[in-house]
Amino acid sequence: MSEGASSQGAAAQGAAAKPATAAAPPKPRKPIESGVPDPFQYMHPVMRKNYGNWAWHERPRPGVLRHVAKNGDEIFTVRAGTQRQMDVYTIRRLCDIADKHGEGYVRFTTRSNIEFMVSSFEKVPALISALTAAGFPVGGTGNSVSMISHTQGWLHCDIPGTDASGVVKSLMDMLHQEFVKEEMPNRVRITTSCCQINCGGQGDIAINVQYTKPPKINHDLVANICERPAVVARCPVAAIRPAMVNGKPSLEVDEKKCVCCGACYPPCPPMQINSPDSTKLAIWVGGKHSNARSRPTFHKLVVANLPNNPPRWPEVAEVVRKILYAYKEDAKHWERLGEWIDRIGWPRFFEKTGLAFTKHHLDTWVGARHTMNMSAHVRF
Amino acid sequence: MSDDQGESAAGRLEGPEAGEASASDCGSGCGCSSAPKHATPNLDQLEDGPWPSFVTGLKRLRDSDTKQYAPLANDLLGQLEHSYQTRTGYWKGGTVSVFGYGGGIIPRFSEVGDRFPASREFHTLRVMPPPGYHYTTDILRKLCDVWERHGSGLIAFHGQSGDIMFQGTSSAGCQKAFDEFNALGFDLGGAGPALRTSMSCVGHARCEMSNYDEARALRSIINDNVGEIHRPALPYKFKFKFSGCPNDCVNAVQRADFAVIGTWRDNIKIDQEEVKAYVAKAGRKYTIDHIVAMCPTRAISLNDDDTLEIDNKSCVRCMHCINVMHKALAPGDDKGVSILIGGKRALKVGDLMGIMVVPFMKLQTDEDYKKLKAFGRQVIDFFAENALEHERIGETIDRIGLPAFLDALGIEPDPNMVKHPRTSCYVRTDNFTEEAEKYFARRGLRPDGGAKDAAE
Repeated sequence: MSEGASSQGAAAQGAAAKPATAAAPPKPRKPIESGVPDPFQYMHPVMRKNYGNWAWHERPRPGVLRHVAKNGDEIFTVRAGTQRQMDVYTIRRLCDIADKHGEGYVRFTTRSNIEFMVSSFEKVPALISALTAAGFPVGGTGNSVSMISHTQGWLHCDIPGTDASGVVKSLMDMLHQEFVKEEMPNRVRITTSCCQINCGGQGDIAINVQYTKPPKINHDLVANICERPAVVARCPVAAIRPAMVNGKPSLEVDEKKCVCCGACYPPCPPMQINSPDSTKLAIWVGGKHSNARSRPTFHKLVVANLPNNPPRWPEVAEVVRKILYAYKEDAKHWERLGEWIDRIGWPRFFEKTGLAFTKHHLDTWVGARHTMNMSAHVRF
Repeated sequence: MSDDQGESAAGRLEGPEAGEASASDCGSGCGCSSAPKHATPNLDQLEDGPWPSFVTGLKRLRDSDTKQYAPLANDLLGQLEHSYQTRTGYWKGGTVSVFGYGGGIIPRFSEVGDRFPASREFHTLRVMPPPGYHYTTDILRKLCDVWERHGSGLIAFHGQSGDIMFQGTSSAGCQKAFDEFNALGFDLGGAGPALRTSMSCVGHARCEMSNYDEARALRSIINDNVGEIHRPALPYKFKFKFSGCPNDCVNAVQRADFAVIGTWRDNIKIDQEEVKAYVAKAGRKYTIDHIVAMCPTRAISLNDDDTLEIDNKSCVRCMHCINVMHKALAPGDDKGVSILIGGKRALKVGDLMGIMVVPFMKLQTDEDYKKLKAFGRQVIDFFAENALEHERIGETIDRIGLPAFLDALGIEPDPNMVKHPRTSCYVRTDNFTEEAEKYFARRGLRPDGGAKDAAE
């Protein structure tokens, strides 16, 4: 890297000595392929000093962590929620708070919460007040509902069915109290995704776009935009085949086979999978990435066909509320949402949440048999 | 940044009324575009409520009349409002990169650019963050300054890919912004069929559960393969993720092609005095119901004197008891990692979780880290040479079978790789005896299972 840096310096000097003329276009700057930056230059000194030597931690209150090193050093962390997609003013405001009330060091969690690290507890109350006054909720620790991890949506994605940022804002407004308190049986991790690729990831509760109709094909565009064999190859159920339509090479979809997954859409945008009426939202539960107690699990479908209803998606919020509070009321301490269902069983889950169990809950994909109850264990 | 902009960032900005806004212009006399502000009746409703609002942030950018990005933010809000009204997205991809690289930029061209010309080009730079997402306010301010000069002023910390997402600039802005980020010591991340940006948990920096130096492991693998990030040439994407313990805070098992999860081989460390203190505080019933009974392999019991007994040979390193009694219990000292390969989400064959391929790799010395780096490279090479186009490595393993994958990598089978041995009889076993002898030889055992003595 130092070699790259010096060559860059030389290039800059060269440019200064010989100004570019109209005849000679400016030479592009050669990138320094420095890769992942060294984190130690940005790390709080107490964390740097005690790197790999922490002994235990506790949470003095929701949103605050106290970590104690083997040598007795301490560091306090105040965690706050953000909107993830931040304007520079918001980021500078957070920096102002870190400089005035903290020690100038922050980090982000994988769920886009910001953490302020300070070396003494004395600084914690002022940090909390400043964050709260600036509209950043302090919480997201322990057995709380943390920030929803989510995707880009209409703001930036090229294939979105909805706007995850708006869904998340609506849900976090509803769940605000569950973020600032630690009153859940175990941590609750919610995710939102704008298509079935599910970049938002697995969650205790996942709110994902679910397409309900096969793609509508814009035959005028397919030949010019799409590499047809690649599109055929993307289909997981071999429902797409080449066809001549109106004298032009295009594609056709066997709608009886089509599972409406949208896999053909990214490589071939004329395969219009989204429509204002048929793009719906589905809710899935019981995903868990931790190995604690039970093995990691994928989330399972519980409700489909919810309307994609901006700007506040009230129907989605209502189902999330039902599931979350049924869990809060009934789960044992330390049971994650999926583990709670493992104990009480799916029949009671559908009873307690008031949701319907349908033929669409019966898996039909490869390995579906392993999701069936191949025993005489039943619950009444 | 003027003072009143700073103040407005403190609380809720008074959003201009929709009707008034659409009729007014910027009025600053700054020479910037003075297109009328788009009415945003749908988005305005996302400014209510206690959670911080991204819409309020976008409006702050729109209303920064002296900044180059104000017109862009206005048209971006206009297009987003249009999406909210029509329930349709309007971005399409394309090809944009910076000099010397083939990836790292997510190109976005508007399909409704005639109506929203200032945000016609809205490309994102994926920039690799420091592992553990540590920042000083100084570096954050510098990053903001660059993005204020050359971009939209909108930044996501962080995208689902693990990158800092600098969202929204023109094709020309990409190179200018990258040059400045690069000079600050930052580099572009992955996109397309390439090695992708990696993630690690906070780990060693602030967590007592951490079993290896996550940042070191991440940087030694990723920075050894930056060419695979910058010039996409793999069959499809390839992701490494690093978690310091089986709590897997970066969701590696479900999302990474190569998940590195910290673990330990020796016994869980117990401070019996702290155990007693915990039981005295939480109660015996609570301790039995929530720690002893929740152990997945029934490996824990509470003694009559309120101390704990752990059957470490049966423990699966799930972390539950350590998570709950984190002052009394801790991972052991013989630390290293488990490596699971093949995790991915839905496309195309359905969800796959990583498969345990290396139950334990010691990770403490320099030599150990070199070994991990070499193994990472070996798996990338295998993927590059053997995966079909648009096939993730988990799908490759399913296609060729785990035994062929292990053979190619020179890894011996281990019972930790399975939930249980095969139940299907469709397998040719004529060299079973030789394979069994190899197993006994590896384990230093005689064929009857007894230990070989040194003389043998």
